[in-house]
Amino acid sequence: MTRSIIELTPTAEDHRIARHAAAAIVLTVAEAAIPLPLPGVKPGLANIVTLIVLARWGWREAAWVALLRVFAGSLLLGQFLAPGFFLSLSGAVASLFVLGIAMHLPPRWFGPVSQSILAAFAHIGAQLVIARVWLVPHDGVFYLTPVFAAAALIFGVVNGLVAARLLAELRTRAAPAGPVGG
Amino acid sequence: MGFDLAGWGRLLRPGDVAVVVAGLALCVYSAMTLWQGGTPDGAVVRAGGKVVAELDLTRAQVLDVPGPLGTTRVEVEPGRARIAADPGPRQYCVRQGWLSRAGAVAICAPNQVSLTLTGRGEDYDSLNY
Repeated sequence: MTRSIIELTPTAEDHRIARHAAAAIVLTVAEAAIPLPLPGVKPGLANIVTLIVLARWGWREAAWVALLRVFAGSLLLGQFLAPGFFLSLSGAVASLFVLGIAMHLPPRWFGPVSQSILAAFAHIGAQLVIARVWLVPHDGVFYLTPVFAAAALIFGVVNGLVAARLLAELRTRAAPAGPVGG
Repeated sequence: MGFDLAGWGRLLRPGDVAVVVAGLALCVYSAMTLWQGGTPDGAVVRAGGKVVAELDLTRAQVLDVPGPLGTTRVEVEPGRARIAADPGPRQYCVRQGWLSRAGAVAICAPNQVSLTLTGRGEDYDSLNY
């Protein structure tokens, strides 16, 4: 039997993605412990990490971090391939799509808060569509849309502000490679 | 370190404020359109089980529907509708008066005519008699 050794040499980028994804997963798991009044209304704290990675390292790394978070987070919470997983995945994909557009908005006018709000609305929009088409094939799903929209707005603003604050603090430090705050 | 509102406010750029306002508008709009509990948007008139007319409730109109006993008169006003006259013996559908909620039904069984208000957020999924 021949021994074959496959050696993977992770790049600096891989390390960065892993570090940020780990931070996002921690936030996802921690958030799952918070009791919430309505299923589906979640702060989405892990999106703060996505926003920071997007601003500092670009869309590709942000997509890696967000999707790794969805997969690993659902594995840790025992939700992998359960309906909740597909809702998270669709939300993450939709918000990444919107972030890919929103990141090109003029930065003088639109900051992380705009990106966060737009991504939050994309997130909840995709989840509602998936829920309507697949999980609850009835228009009654849309009855709660205003609640979800309000939650998206509030948490979008809060997450955006936190991301903006962390980015501002990261910028004042000289070292560019720190994983501070995720 | 207290809560520094101005410090957080500085993180908002002009366009961010516009996005927040647009998001608020979206919330209010969705609440208004989805939670306008039971406002009817139309009326369906059936005779002998078949739809004979679909009326919109935006303007006043009168419709005469023929049935086995005679003519049932349906009257529509903006936002509401009623059976104004019916040849049936007990006049139940006439005495129901104006219907103004989505899903409300007036049935003139002897003359086989019914009036149903349609719209989002109907009160009933189905009715059985």
